[in-house]
Amino acid sequence: MAEPSITLEIFRYRPEVEQEPTFQRYTVPYRADWVVLDALNYLKDQVDGTLSYRWSCRMGVCGSCGMMVNGTPKLTCAAFLKDYYPAPIRVEPLANFPVERDLVINMDDFLQKLTHVKPWIIRDREKPVIEGEYRQSPAELASYKQFSMCINCMLCYAACPVYGLEPDFVGPAAIALAHRYNLDSRDQGQALRQDVVFSHESIWECTFVGECSVVCPKDVDPAGAIQQEKVAGALDLVKSVLMPWGSR
Amino acid sequence: MRGPYRRPMSSTWWLNKRNYLLFMLRELTSVFVAAFLVFYLVQLAHLAQGPESYAAFLAQRASFGWMFFHLLALVAALYHSITWFNLTPKVMVMRRGEERVPPVFIAGSNYVAWLAISVVILWIVLRS
Amino acid sequence: MAKSSNEAFWWSLFSAGGMVAALLVPVHIVLNGIAEPLGWVSVDHVRALASHPLTKLYLFILFALPFFHCAHRFRHTLYDTGLRAYQTPIAVLCYGAATIGTLAAGAILLTIH
Repeated sequence: MAEPSITLEIFRYRPEVEQEPTFQRYTVPYRADWVVLDALNYLKDQVDGTLSYRWSCRMGVCGSCGMMVNGTPKLTCAAFLKDYYPAPIRVEPLANFPVERDLVINMDDFLQKLTHVKPWIIRDREKPVIEGEYRQSPAELASYKQFSMCINCMLCYAACPVYGLEPDFVGPAAIALAHRYNLDSRDQGQALRQDVVFSHESIWECTFVGECSVVCPKDVDPAGAIQQEKVAGALDLVKSVLMPWGSR
Repeated sequence: MRGPYRRPMSSTWWLNKRNYLLFMLRELTSVFVAAFLVFYLVQLAHLAQGPESYAAFLAQRASFGWMFFHLLALVAALYHSITWFNLTPKVMVMRRGEERVPPVFIAGSNYVAWLAISVVILWIVLRS
Repeated sequence: MAKSSNEAFWWSLFSAGGMVAALLVPVHIVLNGIAEPLGWVSVDHVRALASHPLTKLYLFILFALPFFHCAHRFRHTLYDTGLRAYQTPIAVLCYGAATIGTLAAGAILLTIH
């Protein structure tokens, strides 16, 4: 009896031999406990060693294996073959990013934007070690914890039509991480992030499509983070009008 | 060496996925809301011109075409209200200590306010 | 910073107008768009209500804030359908129309007696 199999249609782009991308069909064994990443690894090991793609932890914490699976941004280590079987599965590089080769995208834009929002604790003055730890209550932790779960997988950028239309948009993950640090009681850098977060290319570009939060594998809810920053921006405006002498 | 390949984005991207289409429909409710308000403003302008003018105007507004528009506008306005209230818990996060106030309470309080305000307005206008 | 504070201002109007529209527009469509033409409401009562200054203030808010909400939303909808290249004229047209609507509402409400 023949082993059940499933077809994968995979986006190929080899810049040294072709100008336009193509799709290549492969047949892989169907195993009910396999994810798309298992199928890709099988292909690369047994069928076509030229296939290029990123992966690492294979368990949904590193954020490396994000790709479009049947048009939806997914971590391929979390996309089970059984959810698609017996229909063919179309695998493409993450949307809204330039393609380097096959399923590998260029993520320079995201990394630059991530750095730009200064996603680290900023202090006016660092406490020397002998002064003790920065203490934080469970409630203070709870206020930002959700936004700290981001694994920088960029599925939200692939889901965001505004990022697709406007490459200058800072984007969901970067803003969610700025929000995470703005909410952190140990952080004093809100003013330093302001120019990036409240800029024209930042929170105000967002039209709350909300698809970023739908595809996020870690329930970060970047859409919520962006709307909360909009409220902060609006309150900031009111404060600056009513109390122009205050420094932020 | 050829550079990275940029895939073009179609301007009908919002037709490709159910959630994108629902988003676009939500945004387009603003057209119906604005249209209704403009038509209502015209109605008030006629009200200001006196009872005979207003009665004739209302008779026009009782036509099938106008009724159909107002039903469509009502559907659009309801879709705006429901999507708006359902999204408020994402915008306003309320916390008691470590625990987050369940989103259903925040959205729910909006619905309660909506119901109360609507009843009050109906009562004010319909009592005679 | 000027650009950012502009956007915060329009978004605040969008937000306030969205809440007003969500709470009030449905019942007004039912009352003024459907019930009144069908004769289910006393015209004298409507006129008496509308002539009251508090009602006029209420109605002004009902028009002004949602007009700016719709302007902001439609502006961004046009951007989202690929017309971002015409940012400035679109913004001027949208907020300009909302301003004209608001002024017209003020003028018309003042004439009701």
